[in-house]
Amino acid sequence: MNAKRRAGDGHLPKLRTGIPGFDTIAEGGLPQARTTLVAGTAGSAKTIFAVHYLAAGIAAGEPGVFVTFEDSPAALRANVLGFGWDIARWEKEGSWAFVDAAPDPDDQATVVGAYDLGALVARIEHAVRTTNAKRVVLDSLDALFVQHADHSMLRAELLRITAALKRIGATVVFTGERTDEYGPITRNGVEEFVADNVIILRNVLDNERRRRTIELLKMRGTPHQRGEFPFTITNEGIIVIPLSEIELTQSSSTVRVTSGVKELDRMCGGGFFRDSIILASGASGTGKTLLVTQFMQGGFKAKERTLLFAFEESKDQLFRNAAAWGMDFQSMEKKERLMVVNRYPHAMAMEDHLVEMQQIIDEFRPTRVAVDSLSALERVSAIRSFREFVISLTSFLKKKETAGLFTSTSPSLLGGTSVTEKHISTLTDTIILLRYVETFGVMRRGMVVLKMRGSAHDTRIREYTIDGKGMHIGEPFAHISGVLSGHVTYDADEADRRRREDR
Amino acid sequence: MTQLRLTLYVAGDSPRTRQAKANLDRICAEHLGGSAHCRTIDVLDAPATAEAERILTTPTLVREQPLPRRRVTGDLSDTSRVLVALGLDAGSSDIPTAR
Repeated sequence: MNAKRRAGDGHLPKLRTGIPGFDTIAEGGLPQARTTLVAGTAGSAKTIFAVHYLAAGIAAGEPGVFVTFEDSPAALRANVLGFGWDIARWEKEGSWAFVDAAPDPDDQATVVGAYDLGALVARIEHAVRTTNAKRVVLDSLDALFVQHADHSMLRAELLRITAALKRIGATVVFTGERTDEYGPITRNGVEEFVADNVIILRNVLDNERRRRTIELLKMRGTPHQRGEFPFTITNEGIIVIPLSEIELTQSSSTVRVTSGVKELDRMCGGGFFRDSIILASGASGTGKTLLVTQFMQGGFKAKERTLLFAFEESKDQLFRNAAAWGMDFQSMEKKERLMVVNRYPHAMAMEDHLVEMQQIIDEFRPTRVAVDSLSALERVSAIRSFREFVISLTSFLKKKETAGLFTSTSPSLLGGTSVTEKHISTLTDTIILLRYVETFGVMRRGMVVLKMRGSAHDTRIREYTIDGKGMHIGEPFAHISGVLSGHVTYDADEADRRRREDR
Repeated sequence: MTQLRLTLYVAGDSPRTRQAKANLDRICAEHLGGSAHCRTIDVLDAPATAEAERILTTPTLVREQPLPRRRVTGDLSDTSRVLVALGLDAGSSDIPTAR
């Protein structure tokens, strides 16, 4: 960690929430003994965030108190059991305490004269003291505003509650309801007087898809990352996807690994870098999947572990094709050095794909990962989600010093670039183009290493062929230009000159 | 006949607490003929009781007996409204005759 971020130089000490990804964007966590408002529209996962905050605390040995103004404790216990959060057990163990301030429709009080929330304050303090809580949640303040007409009394009481909690040293999260995704922070303006920090959860429609994001709008006196970050809800709770990790972890390895095609290794100056991201782009039928197959075979031969995420072809199909090229994926799989994961691109949101892929990578621990194809994923996602997905996946792979080979399908047979390339070319270290080349009525194939970060490489466009043994890279195309644009011209003068030189 | 049991929940010895206590004493003496059994609980001393009884606001007056329970919150400054809310006004059938 950066020395600048340590406590003791004016920045507030922080409490690691334990919510995956959150502590990264919050640069350490929530400021300790402060109040944080988590605001969002209905269905933006405010309560899940709040419960996760306490659950993660308990996992780290920090008890918590949950003050509920809306849902009954019984409903909350049942609602979050699916995330593996067993509140009833924690209550028995004394690490979780509810303060039940939910309205009881059968037992409403008649108001006669002035009152305050003295009993609530006493109950919260009591619960915090008996559990020795470090984390306190108030969910949600809006319910209080609905139940009590005297809002100036409420404001004074909320100040009293938060002041008391801060004095005890508790780090407080309270939730507030928003009416619009991009409107005022909360309906009742609670943030203005009690919140040191404001977090906004959004759940917006983007290109006909729901997209959840989290934004740290205000963090008093402490560094944090700005802007919206995607998050997703899995069966283990909230996972925030910290996009900017990529900037922090750009290590570069000089170790080379084989592409699985000898001549391609030579074109790349000795192979791919071990922690590099390679994009192979080409039209349908140019041999992208073959390249992936050889990449995996090459990994196996080098005693590596290879993982393929296949979004286009089924595992059976891939294994059959590999067998046709003389590669026995079945036995490689049996030796647990190869794993193929088949997914339908549209089966889930990009954020969920990402989280699942990261989990699989963590479990299998491959040294090389292939994704065939990125274009299939791009077709089912919003541009922004897709770009974020690629950023997150590439940084994740780099951190693990894992080589990544991604394929992308260009839409036109001749020339042109794919949309995928346009969006992610800057994120990749190496780009390989596979192109059809039409010459004198014959369709041939050409390959070029367009870019290779940190290495000299062959810049010539080489012809390649595909046969029963795989991919064979041959000589550069002679005397023709315009291969990449798709408008090939034959240079007769140049051909003549070369011929004379050769003689 | 069920005896009338009232519990007044207060938070500390604040002016509001003293006002509520004084108002309740007056109501008991003037309207309930001293027959009510009253007790006062300070939630600062007994927060667990407040939790169990789900008391949120103070002062809160609870009619414990006869059932059903009824609650009034505030400093009890309006006697007739307190009596109505507790079902102790002349027209109520809950308490036959408190006098």
